Amino acid sequence: MKSTPAAPGPPINSIDTEETGLPGLRTWRRVYLLVLGLFVLWVVLLVVLEKIFS
Amino acid sequence: MNPLDYLVLFATMLGIAAYGIWLTRGQRGLRAYLKGSGTTGWLTIGLSVMATQASAITFLSMPGQGYEDGLGFVQNYFGMPLALIIVAAVFLPMFRRCNVYTAYEFLGRRFDTKTRLLGAGLFLLQRGLGAGITIYAPAIVLSTVFGWPLGLTIVLSGMLVIIYTVTGGNEAVSQTQKYQMIVIFGGMAAAFVVLLTKLPAQLTFPDALHLAGTFKKLNAVDFSPDLHRRYTFWSGLIGGLCLSLSYFGTDQSQVQRYISGASLRECRLGLMFNAVCKIPMQFLILLLGVLLFVFYQFETPPVFFNQSSWSAAEKRDSEKTYVIEQEFAVASANKQQAINDWLDARRLHDPAAETNARAQVLDAHRQTEAARAEARAALRAADAHAQTNDGDYVFITFILAHLPHGVIGLLVAAFFAAALSSKAAELSALGSTTSVDFYRHLLKREASEEHYVKASKWFTAIWGVVALGFALFAHLQENLIQAVNIVGSVFYGVVLGLFLVAFFVKWVRGTAVFYAALLAQALVFSLYFTLSISYLWYNLIGCAACVLFSLLIQAAQVKIKDQGASAK
Repeated sequence: MKSTPAAPGPPINSIDTEETGLPGLRTWRRVYLLVLGLFVLWVVLLVVLEKIFS
Repeated sequence: MNPLDYLVLFATMLGIAAYGIWLTRGQRGLRAYLKGSGTTGWLTIGLSVMATQASAITFLSMPGQGYEDGLGFVQNYFGMPLALIIVAAVFLPMFRRCNVYTAYEFLGRRFDTKTRLLGAGLFLLQRGLGAGITIYAPAIVLSTVFGWPLGLTIVLSGMLVIIYTVTGGNEAVSQTQKYQMIVIFGGMAAAFVVLLTKLPAQLTFPDALHLAGTFKKLNAVDFSPDLHRRYTFWSGLIGGLCLSLSYFGTDQSQVQRYISGASLRECRLGLMFNAVCKIPMQFLILLLGVLLFVFYQFETPPVFFNQSSWSAAEKRDSEKTYVIEQEFAVASANKQQAINDWLDARRLHDPAAETNARAQVLDAHRQTEAARAEARAALRAADAHAQTNDGDYVFITFILAHLPHGVIGLLVAAFFAAALSSKAAELSALGSTTSVDFYRHLLKREASEEHYVKASKWFTAIWGVVALGFALFAHLQENLIQAVNIVGSVFYGVVLGLFLVAFFVKWVRGTAVFYAALLAQALVFSLYFTLSISYLWYNLIGCAACVLFSLLIQAAQVKIKDQGASAK
């Protein structure tokens, strides 16, 4: 069984180079690193919260 | 609830639904119905994704979870940021490039029809089985507390969501979710502020946190490698990553939320909005529960928060329940005294007195917990099937007893808004998957746009009626709720495995991945019935097994083919 062929979408290259439009974060790689950094910060803050108030 | 609360509740619910219907009037084509106008911005996408994931139970029960067990549940969301990054970087561009209506359509393009139908079928099975729960779960709590007829609560809220989802399609779901989330945030923020003002004047915020910490309510991160503990850093990060990746990357109720954005940028920012905001949001909801716990250290709570169940036990054995209540009241008074002594010692900077008072606080707490355990035993003695977990009733008890009228209506509206917003996304996804992956693909390939829109509306309505029926049936079969939750976690890993092979292992073909998925699913089932590990791990096991079996089967296929060719 085969499915119908794919309808053409926008070319992958134009999709991947789309601007983030965020000041100081021109590439998506930087956006993802910031998000991961914020996650690590949250975990650290939660551990610190526990240590301070236990 | 007084007339003002009912006015706020009905005006909010009906107003948002009517706005969704009005906004999408005159919508014609299948693309507009299933994917929206194509102009959706990142904030709408972000709120829509958040609203789809956050059901009424998130806001109704999670403060109770924080009250009982503290902040530990937040670890369940640790895999989410990384999962959303992978979805934004890999899944999303592929879905948009292939210009698909459903995630399973992509499987058909990459592999073959049988794999597409397997993915779509697994989705319909798990979402279809769970369809009633998002309506049933809040309805049972709210109808118990307010004395509303359960069936009527289910039917009215269910009909409202069916009407605007069927009428307005995907765009109506996204737009109503945006305003429903505003109502939810407003209600929860109001509850948080009122709770802070209700804490004793002499208790500073750091004191409140120290008190919570004394009872281990602030233990948020557990690095234990024990697989049997339900929520640890590792199960949250690794199991949660697989669960979130599967949910956000392959579950049509989420995929439909974000592929409809105006551009890839808007879709990605909507996902990153969730990656950044979800953990703080869940933390704040759990912290609300922790502060509720602190609040009830200064004001004696009911011995059992589900007053309806407790009243039933009182009718059976009033003498015993009276004795338990008295024991609980005495133990609570002792605890309050011990806490005040502890606070005085803290203010006087007397470490010895502080240590002594702290020990007395914990001892008094054990006595109150012993009284609560007796209350649960009394409930079971009165009715063997009685629910002895009252966590779902903690927040609503506080709301009714301590929030001003109008805000009560807003909070109840927030709970219904959460139920409706996640239900609408589910119904829309069930309708579109049935319509696109089964009806249009298998039964009616050549028909007009109007025909497919009409078919999609019918399928959405049928799934809505199925959900209503299930919610009403769940009333009779309490264990179904747990069964449905297990069904979801048991299937997700394998579906994720299908997509990971599709994206990352180009040389594996449809037949290999199809049989690998069936084998992996059988393995997960057999492990589920023989192991007692946290359910989050089944996502990892199912996914890994599907990928591994795909590689092995494809390699075996290639080898057999090569041997056949050399034999000729």
